[in-house]
Amino acid sequence: MVQKLLVKGNEAISEAAIQAGCRLFFGYPITPSNEIIEYMARRMPEVGGSMTQAESEVSAIYMLLGAAGAGARVMTGTSGCGFSLMQEGMSFLAAYDLPVVVVNVARLGPALGNLDPSQGDYFQMVKGGGHGDYYNFCLAPAGVQEAADLMALAFDLADQYRMPAVIAMDGVLGQMMEPVEFRKPEPRDLPPKTWAARGKRGGPKHDVVGYNLETAAAERRAIMMAEKYDRIRETEQRWEEIALDDADLVVVAFGTCGRIARSAVREARSMGIKVGMIRPITLWPFPTKPIEAALKTAKGILVAEMNMGQMIEDVRLAVNGKAPVWLHRKLGGIMPTTEELVERIRLLAGEVSGND
Amino acid sequence: MTEATAKPIFSHTDGLTEKPLHYCPGCSHGIIHRLIGEVLEELNVSDRTVGVGPVGCAAFCEQYFNVDFIGAAHGRAPAVATGVRRAVPDAVVFTYQGDGDLAAIGIAEAIHAAMRGEKITTIFVNNAIYGMTGGQLAPTTLVGMKTTTSPFGRKEEEHGRPLDIPKLFSGIDGAAYVASGSTDSPKAVLQTKKFIRKAFECQLAGHGYSLVSVLSNCPTNWGMTPVQAMEWIRTNLMPAYTMGELKTPFGAEPGKGGKPS
Amino acid sequence: MGYVVINLNLCKGCELCISACAKGALGLSDTQNSKGYLPAALTVPEKCNACTLCAIMCPDSAITVYK
Repeated sequence: MVQKLLVKGNEAISEAAIQAGCRLFFGYPITPSNEIIEYMARRMPEVGGSMTQAESEVSAIYMLLGAAGAGARVMTGTSGCGFSLMQEGMSFLAAYDLPVVVVNVARLGPALGNLDPSQGDYFQMVKGGGHGDYYNFCLAPAGVQEAADLMALAFDLADQYRMPAVIAMDGVLGQMMEPVEFRKPEPRDLPPKTWAARGKRGGPKHDVVGYNLETAAAERRAIMMAEKYDRIRETEQRWEEIALDDADLVVVAFGTCGRIARSAVREARSMGIKVGMIRPITLWPFPTKPIEAALKTAKGILVAEMNMGQMIEDVRLAVNGKAPVWLHRKLGGIMPTTEELVERIRLLAGEVSGND
Repeated sequence: MTEATAKPIFSHTDGLTEKPLHYCPGCSHGIIHRLIGEVLEELNVSDRTVGVGPVGCAAFCEQYFNVDFIGAAHGRAPAVATGVRRAVPDAVVFTYQGDGDLAAIGIAEAIHAAMRGEKITTIFVNNAIYGMTGGQLAPTTLVGMKTTTSPFGRKEEEHGRPLDIPKLFSGIDGAAYVASGSTDSPKAVLQTKKFIRKAFECQLAGHGYSLVSVLSNCPTNWGMTPVQAMEWIRTNLMPAYTMGELKTPFGAEPGKGGKPS
Repeated sequence: MGYVVINLNLCKGCELCISACAKGALGLSDTQNSKGYLPAALTVPEKCNACTLCAIMCPDSAITVYK
């Protein structure tokens, strides 16, 4: 019988990472992610791994690059401005085809902002916050159990496709305590890291670099990356759907906001409102498939997010003008209440069903 | 002696690849690359060495060293090297960095790697200017020296005095071996090779962080011939920096890095 | 007694070897190499004593010294 433990979000994902085989952590303290580096400081020595506190996030992301370049499973956890400091590193990691997991426990920005939860880092996490043409996986849990479950998936996706994976947490998810079962991840067939730079060891040398001075080679490389991202968009979308079959209005929300929206949708349903929900679990690749499918019957989309409107741009792209898309935005580090979402759903559902 | 009986007593080291170097004629990079390659071969560690490259003229140096390499972003090589150090316990790890890389944008990473006593070796190529980008002011540029961003000469009241990196690092406890050499003459080159060898031996013995600063030329941006540039190192650069072996752990107990012997 | 072989296409004519040679055995060739440089050459072979100072200074590993 697997034990259920009451665990804080930040600690749950840390333990899940260790159970997924991560033995190296490099990071820098920043609230509200500090429990991650502190948990790793205590726990890594117990499993024969190590936690190194870097002198800044700038340094930490490059420690990750070195360890990943040498073939190890590595992660970091950060927040806000710390994640901003890592963006050049993210660009390098993408160019070097390196797998790492970066947990962003998002807080209100810009600048120091405050420590309250926000979804204002969506663009940065999903659109490639660093320079150049690249993407990274972005997974958005809506609860502590899901966050723990997604860690093994993140490491495996990163290894399989050789690219970074970002976990979109926020201050609430990081701090809340929920019961968690640490499930043994299903073993996956992953390619061996023969490309890693760990010493020639009797073979040819391995260079892990990211430049292409010769134009034709630069184009070939970019095409290779673009085709990889196309394949991932086609095959790795993940989402949760609720009550879509006869929904006139579909709510799209992720993370903590998605969790609240889920409650609002269920409550609205109990009031007889024909509303459904799509909760993206992968923010990148964005789940366009369920949105396209839902539009066969749905007449409108309500996007609820804790920012000025970031994910809504991806929703609009997927909707492609076929239906109206509304935004319920919650600013200043504040979470919407279930009641206000139910009310917004009620009003919009009335509007769309009147559009028959 | 006839040509038939003569044997090669000095030839291309296996520590470097066969690729012709792209550096300017007479640039010290080539000399320093060769010294590192020779030392790694002599210590018989090439097979388990991982080098970390800079951004600068030597940004493509992985093409020349016959060991595994990871390219770092500007200044981040000591952080990347720390990651490798953790991931591959038996690897020999070194960084190769210029003035901008180590003394400007990367000064935090370098100081903290030294602070932690990371068992990595840093080769610091100091030519008192930013070469790759066309000759701008460096933290190591001498007072009075004209560069493209100090066209009237480095002024103490505006730019401060240059950083003496060997001196700075010798004050960090975790830096077990700190030496300062030059490439201006065969004698200097041979002495620098000894320093580089001891720096790697310091790493292999587990004493802590090792740094070898090497005074180098930049004929192109100094506006001189290579031979003139080597003379300029002797007359201008050498007096400005602490030279020689500043700190060595040899003679100290194994594992105890940092105290001058 | 010795001699050096200079790889004509690696040499960039920087003259560091010529400057290092204590015996005056080296000089510049008057024929350009494939890159347009005037490479160094063993202009006075009988003066070479295989001291290796030239090879020690060569940034391009262009010199092999024989003894």
